[in-house]
Amino acid sequence: MISAGIDVGAKNVKVVLLRDGEVVSRSFETIGLNTQAAIDGAFAAALRQIGAGRGEISKITATGAGRKEVKFADGELTEVGASAKGVHHLFSSACTAIDVGAEEGRAIKVDEKGKVLDFAVNEKCAAGAGAFTEAMARALEVGVEKMGELSLKSRTAVPMNAQCAVFAESEVVSLIHAKTPKEDIARAVHDAIADRIVSMARRIGIEKDVVVVGGLAKNAGFIDSIKRTLATDVLVPQYPEYAAALGAALHAATPTGGQ
Amino acid sequence: MSTEFWRWTEYRKTMPGADWREAALLTAGVDVGSVSSQAVIMADGKLYAYSSMRTGSDSPRSAQNAMDWALEGTGLTLEKINYTVGTGYGRVNVSFADRAITEIACHARGANFIYGPSVRTVLDMGGQDCKVIRCDEKGKVTTFLMNDKCAAGTGRGMEVFADLLQIPITEIGGKSLDIDEEPKPVSSTCVVFAKSEATGLLRSGWPKNKVIAAYCAAMAHRVVSLLERVGVEKDFAITGGIAKNVGVTSRLAGELAIKPLETEYDTQLAGAIGAALFAHAITKKAKAGIK
Repeated sequence: MISAGIDVGAKNVKVVLLRDGEVVSRSFETIGLNTQAAIDGAFAAALRQIGAGRGEISKITATGAGRKEVKFADGELTEVGASAKGVHHLFSSACTAIDVGAEEGRAIKVDEKGKVLDFAVNEKCAAGAGAFTEAMARALEVGVEKMGELSLKSRTAVPMNAQCAVFAESEVVSLIHAKTPKEDIARAVHDAIADRIVSMARRIGIEKDVVVVGGLAKNAGFIDSIKRTLATDVLVPQYPEYAAALGAALHAATPTGGQ
Repeated sequence: MSTEFWRWTEYRKTMPGADWREAALLTAGVDVGSVSSQAVIMADGKLYAYSSMRTGSDSPRSAQNAMDWALEGTGLTLEKINYTVGTGYGRVNVSFADRAITEIACHARGANFIYGPSVRTVLDMGGQDCKVIRCDEKGKVTTFLMNDKCAAGTGRGMEVFADLLQIPITEIGGKSLDIDEEPKPVSSTCVVFAKSEATGLLRSGWPKNKVIAAYCAAMAHRVVSLLERVGVEKDFAITGGIAKNVGVTSRLAGELAIKPLETEYDTQLAGAIGAALFAHAITKKAKAGIK
């Protein structure tokens, strides 16, 4: 029996296929002009990886901000629910899940069974989301995937005064003009997002183990900043961007079948 | 080099028929904002000459440049000015100022001059912040609220959209009203999110005017929520650069159901005018004390 989880985020679609509780396929597509096309594309790619046809998928659960766009889903799960489920499956010791996507950041408190106890979400402001790093990478003229590596080279903490991504962009430009090394600016950027996210997480209370997922968790510089800000170690799975899609697939695999 | 759609024309003016040589008191106000700087020269408390320029990366120089330009062609020199007040975000960088006064106080005072003593609520929509100021009939501040943390609801946010849509910033207001049907606003909480929403709308075939209408509406909505926190008492007036954007002001008036006052004056001068008026009052008081 194969179940599918489809996570339609602000920027990318992520698909996870589970066969008898094991992940057998993962695929990813960036949403360009057409959300529908990205969903179909990512789903087809996931099926192709295991040579399965659509008919072989028993149940599909959709999650993410764009979950309503998955017309062929059997059921749906909120981002918070999916993320918590995925994180608990990956690390059963998790008490706090921090999930940072392109345009949203979430902190979720879960119990030992993976049940959501409390959560906080920022979907109003780019300062606590991946979009912030992207905007700053553009200002720095550095590929966004290089930002993590770059910031880890920094030995000097430079303060960043602006909270807003638009104002921070001007601040980054001023820092460049002042000949501040790019690695120090990159670190300042990650420290700024980490600060925002940790202060949001503190509202619900942070308990170990802390697991960080979402697209931004692939950025080692951001993880380093989170660790320093929290003054504790954190766990990051191998495929952090698929955590919510995994949670949705797990939901689809339950006896109630993704309803 | 590509066209910079956010860029507006800098300007200066000497009021026709005015002569500084006939004045007993010459004062100046210099408002160094995060985006633009203005210098205003007053002769006996009346507007004599002014300039408005883009603030460069060097605030002290921006203050000096604005002042030099306001003086240009008048035969007047800085030494002849009795008293100068600096205001705005860069007020401590006005090296030739005798005193610095906050932009909150100066905007209220300036709005009182521009719009008259009936003004009780001033909305200042600046380059990187937005303020709601309540004041009395003398232009004295009674309370205020400010957003300087976030670009939503500021001129800088509008510049981002001018660049995105490639519409000169001064034409945005007019174009935003040239639409068939009023669209739903884009995100009013974050310019970055509004921009990504707008990019999607453009791709889906929305005309530019409709997209800019959706942003003007978002900006108006954002500012209204700030206004509501302080409470709006009539008369209501808008100062700062966005006051010149009819796309935002008309939607703001609609949502608030209060019509803002109108003026012939340049609304971007409010801070500098207020500063020059403070300079005038300070000098007059000092002179009276001596006599």
